[in-house]
Amino acid sequence: MTLDTFTRSQWYAIGRLPDFDGAEAKPVRLLSQDLTVSDKAGVLSVNDADGRSLLTQIRYGHLWTTLSDTPRPLYDMPEFDEPDRRLVTAGGVGVRCSGLRCVENFLDMAHFPFVHTDILGVEEHPSVESYDVSMDAEKDEIWATKCKFFQPMASAAASGGQITEYKYRVPHPYSTILYKTCPIRDNVWDLVGLFIQPVEEDECIVHSFILVFDDENTDTGLLHFQQNIFLQDRMILENQVPRKLPLDPRWELPTRADASSIAYRRWLKANELQWGVALFNEAA
Amino acid sequence: MIQLHDYPLSGNCFKVRFLLEQLDLEYQSILVDFYPGYEHKSPRFLDINPLGQLPAIVEGGEAVRDAQAILVYLATAYDKSGKWFPRDRQGEVYQWLAFADQLTGSISAARLHDAMFYRLDVGKARSDGIRLLRIIDEHLWFAEKDGHEWLLPLPHPTIGDVACFPYIALAEEGGIDLAPFSSVSRWMERFMRLKGFKPMPGMMPLPMPKETP
Repeated sequence: MTLDTFTRSQWYAIGRLPDFDGAEAKPVRLLSQDLTVSDKAGVLSVNDADGRSLLTQIRYGHLWTTLSDTPRPLYDMPEFDEPDRRLVTAGGVGVRCSGLRCVENFLDMAHFPFVHTDILGVEEHPSVESYDVSMDAEKDEIWATKCKFFQPMASAAASGGQITEYKYRVPHPYSTILYKTCPIRDNVWDLVGLFIQPVEEDECIVHSFILVFDDENTDTGLLHFQQNIFLQDRMILENQVPRKLPLDPRWELPTRADASSIAYRRWLKANELQWGVALFNEAA
Repeated sequence: MIQLHDYPLSGNCFKVRFLLEQLDLEYQSILVDFYPGYEHKSPRFLDINPLGQLPAIVEGGEAVRDAQAILVYLATAYDKSGKWFPRDRQGEVYQWLAFADQLTGSISAARLHDAMFYRLDVGKARSDGIRLLRIIDEHLWFAEKDGHEWLLPLPHPTIGDVACFPYIALAEEGGIDLAPFSSVSRWMERFMRLKGFKPMPGMMPLPMPKETP
């Protein structure tokens, strides 16, 4: 499948800053292309296979690059500038499926009791209550709001079960951010997010972060909470068939609980995204 | 109290946690940033284990390193029943502890390659892992035929089973399909039904209720 304009025009995180300390033409794969990253006296540069220098920026604890000369701007997360928040970057994890599948799985609350049993859900409370999904037309991003779920251990700082309120944001085909009730402060949200590096159409590296208020846990404790959750997801993601994301409605049957996933698929279609999408007639 | 230098996503740490819990021993888990921080290669940790490998335990100021050695240490020191490390069957148990070490060198290596980008020959790691799975599957097939459920012909598991279990149960994370190994799959299911068993991420939970009717 050729690279569509929507996919090509995005910025992609390709690693945390420490991953490139002293790098000399370190190989990185993005959108089926071989790139290299070099660190010259603390300045990181990215080149493609023809030696062309690509645009870069350092944001949200990661190095970002793009194949486009005129990329869409990278979305804003003003919470990264708030004092007292702690940022933990979990390191890239390889997953054998389309990165689009990872975004969709992240949006899905129905799997919590069964995949993240006794952490993000319990089998006795499996139902997903109605929530709102809307498009922010100006920023061209999806928001799912008023999501509520009973969670026995919503975060590393949680001391017991609580009804956690969630907001999900999809500002980029390969990024998604969760805003969840902070268990230790009122009226603020903790952030958990995925910056996905699409390697091939059906293979990706998931860079994740947490940006939270937490006075109790060590960075390693926060990191392990996040890695535990993601490795539980990885097992499920690698067992999904097909590995690319099906957009054809004849293929998978959504329910009301999948409202955010439906919006995501519609948004990808409206933007004519093709790379990483499974074609119905291929499987038939 | 026993201190365990621990990483939740390590199969070798899992087996030590499992035995500690089976023996009802209190322990303190000291989290090590294995990935992406590679803290097990840091000077602080190399003081505890110069090999730079997890897990290690420290008790009364003395460190014991190597997952299999820790299982032997804990069973010898604390298992009054003598079931986990039967004295009259030590040779057979050691054989499976050594086998477990080979699983670390193959299946665990493939898993680290696929998920965390360790640089190694993943084709060789997978084919070595598959060769080991064939061996243990055949062993378990004959064991089942003789009416036995565990690696040793005893009515209960030993630290040999504990040592071999995690990286077999995590094989699919390293791109190795377990479907062809039916005796291994049944043995894993029996292991997952042991009282107090909690799967770690990457181990597919059982599809059936944990209590057999």
